[in-house]
Amino acid sequence: MNAQELQRGIRRLAEEVADRAKASGAARDLAIVGIRRGGVHLAQRLRAELARLLGAEPPLGTLDIALYRDDLSERGAAPIIGPTDIRFPIAGKLIVLVDDVLYTGRTVRAALDELVDFGRPRAVWLAVLVDRGGRELPIAADFVGVRLQVADEDVVEVRLTEGGAAQDDVVVKRRGT
Amino acid sequence: MIGRHKHCISLAEYSREEILEVLDLAVSMKEVLQRPIKKVPSLRGKSVVNLFFEASTRTRSSFEIAAKVLSADALNWTASASSVTKGETLVDTARNLEAMRPDVLVIRHSAGGAPRLVAEHVGCSVVSAGDGAHEHPSQGLLDCFTLREKLGTLEGKTIAIVGDISHSRVARSDLHAMTKLGARVRLCGPPTMIPAGIEALGATVRTQLREAVEGADAVVMLRIQHERIGDPLIPGTREYSKLWGLNAKKAAEWLRPECVILHPGPINRGVELSPEVADGPQSVILDQVQNGVAVRMAILYLLAGGNPADAGEAKA
Repeated sequence: MNAQELQRGIRRLAEEVADRAKASGAARDLAIVGIRRGGVHLAQRLRAELARLLGAEPPLGTLDIALYRDDLSERGAAPIIGPTDIRFPIAGKLIVLVDDVLYTGRTVRAALDELVDFGRPRAVWLAVLVDRGGRELPIAADFVGVRLQVADEDVVEVRLTEGGAAQDDVVVKRRGT
Repeated sequence: MIGRHKHCISLAEYSREEILEVLDLAVSMKEVLQRPIKKVPSLRGKSVVNLFFEASTRTRSSFEIAAKVLSADALNWTASASSVTKGETLVDTARNLEAMRPDVLVIRHSAGGAPRLVAEHVGCSVVSAGDGAHEHPSQGLLDCFTLREKLGTLEGKTIAIVGDISHSRVARSDLHAMTKLGARVRLCGPPTMIPAGIEALGATVRTQLREAVEGADAVVMLRIQHERIGDPLIPGTREYSKLWGLNAKKAAEWLRPECVILHPGPINRGVELSPEVADGPQSVILDQVQNGVAVRMAILYLLAGGNPADAGEAKA
């Protein structure tokens, strides 16, 4: 996926989110929450597109799910924890949870647990740029940029310039290479 | 683990990077404390035993809250002083508690070295919550966290630590951590309360309060313990207060307006700090208490969770 395709994918995601938000009558209650680290820059771009489509900029937050992981005792190693930053009331909001890649579903499970600790949203929608399959939990995205069929030993990387990449792209690499 | 350490017993053996690792993590932990629901599941299924052989409300409560916010089970075990006068008993006690399979033992003891002794005999992680006049590492870390929060950095800052340096485990941990983070530390107190050769640890020594606090970015006032008043180290609390206590007049005349005042608590009001100073705008004493929970959360998380350096990318 090159830079143009990636940008088109984000735009399409935003259009689908905006259409559904308008249809639900809750567009003004929309808020975007990016899951660190991959979902944060994506959430910012999605928010900019939504601001254009809806005429108002939805509030933006970030979640770091490290403290909600279910594999701390199995891994024997504490993950690095970044900031969670949600400065708007969650209660009654229509939250669009954003991540770059959806795989096992465990990150989304942790994100949902963390999100509801901030309040009771009206609804949570999940938007991902890449759905690579391989789910270990019954979780599905509401909005998907692209679906990829890749082997379990493959890693899907969404590289954005905001994260230090030379150019936007999505690459599939063999784990460990 | 924190860096290469399984235990948190002495900041003397922590590197600058290991100290910063705890302080950086504590920033995220403090954010958890601001949430509507102050609880995260990260240490669910883990247990923390608070083993206090010395009276303490603040530190024990702080460790207990830290464990509970992280969803660990916390057990408070308070020993009577008479049952633990011998090392053998201490080790036996620790071994008995270890049989209950805790993940972390938090120990306060009146004897310096007690947490180390226990660590040598148990398989779980040990955290010192203050041992004798040796160290109080979590207090040293929370003081540094509070100073980073208020001053931005400790690098190049001047910090005065005032009081009974000889008997203070807080002063020792502060000194180790603050100098490693690049601060210049001035130690001040009655000459009888300054240990010989302390300069070797990187501090300068002043016996006049004014010399110590003038131009400082922060002042740490230590508690003078009433139980030591009968000790010939100082003539009495009145004279101590006059010479080494901080009141509003001295603070106004000697301190920089932006200088912050710390105290590990509990305060002897009117002895080391007058009430106007303890409750005044330069005091960050209550910030220290809240930051203590965040720092202890970071310590427990790192010890019960492992080493971030080894952590790989998780499947999403």
